[in-house]
Amino acid sequence: MTGRGGRTIKVDTLARVEGEGALYIKMAGNHVSDVKLRIYEPPRLFEAFLRGRHFSEAPDITARICGICPIAYQMSAIHAIERALGIQIAPEVRLLRRLFYCGEWIESHALHIYMLHAPDFLGYQDVIEMAKDHRPVVEKALRLKKIGNHIVQSLGGREIHPISAAVGGFHKVPAKSQLRELVSDLEWALEASLEAVRWTSTLEFPDFEQDYEFVALRHPTEYPFNEGRLVSNRGLDIDAAEYEDRFAEFHVKHSNALQSVVRGRGSYLVGPLARFNLNFDKLPEVAQKAALEVGLKPPVKNLFRSIVVRAVELVFACAEALRVIGEYEPPAAPRVEAPNRRGVGQAITEAPRGILYHRYAIDENGLIVSAKIVPPTSQNQKRIEDDLREYAAQLAAWSLEEATWKCEQAVRCYDPCISCATHFLKVVIERD
Amino acid sequence: MSSDSKRKAPKAPTKPKIGVFKFASCDGCQLSLLDAEDELLGVVGAVEIAYFPEATRTMLKGPYDIGLVEGSVTTHHDAERIQEIRRKCKTLITIGACATAGGIQALRNWKDVDEFVRAVYASPQFISTLKLSTPIAEHVPVDFELRGCPINKYQLIELITATLVGRKPNIPTYSVCMECKRKAAVCIAVARGIPCLGPVTHAGCGALCPSYDRGCYGCYGPMETPNTASLTSQFRILGQSADQVSRAFRSFNAWAWQFRKASEECERA
Repeated sequence: MTGRGGRTIKVDTLARVEGEGALYIKMAGNHVSDVKLRIYEPPRLFEAFLRGRHFSEAPDITARICGICPIAYQMSAIHAIERALGIQIAPEVRLLRRLFYCGEWIESHALHIYMLHAPDFLGYQDVIEMAKDHRPVVEKALRLKKIGNHIVQSLGGREIHPISAAVGGFHKVPAKSQLRELVSDLEWALEASLEAVRWTSTLEFPDFEQDYEFVALRHPTEYPFNEGRLVSNRGLDIDAAEYEDRFAEFHVKHSNALQSVVRGRGSYLVGPLARFNLNFDKLPEVAQKAALEVGLKPPVKNLFRSIVVRAVELVFACAEALRVIGEYEPPAAPRVEAPNRRGVGQAITEAPRGILYHRYAIDENGLIVSAKIVPPTSQNQKRIEDDLREYAAQLAAWSLEEATWKCEQAVRCYDPCISCATHFLKVVIERD
Repeated sequence: MSSDSKRKAPKAPTKPKIGVFKFASCDGCQLSLLDAEDELLGVVGAVEIAYFPEATRTMLKGPYDIGLVEGSVTTHHDAERIQEIRRKCKTLITIGACATAGGIQALRNWKDVDEFVRAVYASPQFISTLKLSTPIAEHVPVDFELRGCPINKYQLIELITATLVGRKPNIPTYSVCMECKRKAAVCIAVARGIPCLGPVTHAGCGALCPSYDRGCYGCYGPMETPNTASLTSQFRILGQSADQVSRAFRSFNAWAWQFRKASEECERA
C-alpha cells in the first residue's frame, strides 16, 4: 500500500466532531491532487430568517446555531447589537460575561480534549473504549466538564441554550453567595487542568509544522473573550467593523459552509493555537508556567499540539473564573435599557473554536434588517484543506486505513463544529 | 457422549443497541447525553452505543433497539434517510424541537426558501434544500416524541430507561405553569404583567425563564391541550401587538400545529 500506487482517503461520516461532514483526498503516489472537506450538514438559513425579528430575540435564536457553544453566539450577537444601539454595559456585567465564557470554554475544551480528541492519540474508537483502560482519567474529565457546565447553569439556568443573557446585560444576575459556591469545585478544576497540561504533553505528536497566519482577538490587559482588536502574526490589526473589508467569504460547490480567506493572502487559522501564540503574554502566570514546564512556548506551529494548548486554556479559564468570582459584586441593575434605534453593529468574540463574527443592521422599530454570521469552523475550513494537502502527502507509507484515521485526527485538531459551519466529518483518501 | 456436553456455555446477554441519528439541528440534544456526566458511564455500561458519530468512530449496522433522532427533515436525501432509519429501529424516539416540530429552521415554511438561500449563499445553485422544514413524525411513525429546545437530559435518561424495561416513561404533559406552581413561584404574568407562554407550553424545563424574571418563550412547544386563543387575548391586553404575539408563537416550535395556528390567527388579525 505504499508509494507508487494512487489512492483515495475517504471518510463518509467524520466522527467525534459536532455536525456532519465528509473528507475526500485523492492521491497519486505522494502527490495529493485533490482535497475536499465536504460539509453536508443541511443549511438552516439563520441569516435569512433573522430578518424581521426583534433584536432582543437574536441572542436566543442564534444560540440555536450550536448546542456546543451557544454562549459564543449569544455573546457575539449581544455585543454587535449593543454596538448598533450605542449601549454601554455595567462593569459588573462585563465581568459576569467573562465568567459565562469561562464556563463554556471549560465545558467545551474538556469535552474535546478527553472525549473527542484523546482517543485518537491513544488508539481508541471513542471515550467509552478509552474508559475501560483509563477510567480515572475519564472520570476526571467528566467532572471538569460538569464544573464548566455548572458555571453556565449558575448564570444561565441550563448548560445548553441558557436563558439569562440579554442585550444590555442579563435577565437576572446571581447573588454573590451563589457564585461563592463554585469556588471549591473550581479550585479542584484548576489542579485537574494543570494535570491535563502535563497529561496531554506526554501524548505522541506527528512532526507536522506549517507556516500559519494566526488570527485572534487581542486585548490590552486580558486574554481575549469578548473584546479586543483582531490581530494576526502577519500584521493584521483591525476593529470588528473592518472585518468584512479584510476577510472574504466564498462558496465552493462541495460544501454547504462558506469558506473564508484573508483578502489578498489566503487561508488562516483561528482557535486555541492562534490565541495562545498571539496572547501568551496575557495568560495568568499559572497558565504561562504550566505551558513552559512542558516546553510549550509561542509560536506553536504544530497543529497536533493544539490539544495541549487547549489544556493550557483550561488552566486559564479556571483561574479567570476564580478571579472573577473573587471580585464580583452584583450590578445595580441586571441590565441597562435597550431602546429601539436604527443602527449597524459588528462584534467578534472568541468561541472555544475561534473567532465568531456577527453583524446586524437594525431599523427604528428594533427589527433586524440584515444579519451576517461567520462561525469559526468556516474560517478554518480552507486551512483544514490546506493542512490535509500537506499532511496526506506524508502518509504515503501508511496503510489506507491508518492514513485515513490520521487524517481524521488532523481534522479533529481543529475541534470543528460543523453545525456551526453550515451551519462535518467523513474522510475519503483516493490513491490512483 | 451426553447431549449436555455438546451444549455451548450460555452466551452473555447482549446489550440493547442504541443509534443516535442527526438531521438538521444544532447538535445540542444529542450533546445532552454527553452532558449527563454523572450518568454517562452507567448508561454506556447498560447499552451498546452502536451508532453515535458525535461520540465514536465505531459505526455498527442496524438493526437498533432504540433509535434517537435529532433534527428536522430539510433535504430530499434526509427524507429518504429517515425511512431507512425507521426500518432499522425497533423503537424510534425523536428528541428536541427540530425533530418534534421542525425547529427554528421551519421559519422558512412561511417564506420563499429560494429567496432565503440567495440571501445566505453566494452560489445558491450549489445548495439543495426543501421548501419546508418538517418534524420526523410527518415522515414516519414515531414511538415517542421528547420535547424541548434543548431536551432535558434527565427526561432523556428516564425515557431510555423506561423503554429498556418496557414501561411508560414518567414525562408530564402539563404546562410550564404547573412547574411554577410546584416551585411556589409567583406568577410573573399576573403579578408583573410580563407576557409569558407558560400556560400553553409543555413542561420539562422546570419553569426556568419565569425564575429568571422573564416570560417563558415556548422552547418546549405546545402542551397537550393549549388554549392559545385565550393566551393571545391576554398578550394583547398586556399591550403586545398582533405582530409581537405572532412572533412569540413563531420560534423554535413554530411548525407545531397549535402554535402554527395561533401565529397565523395573529397574522390575520
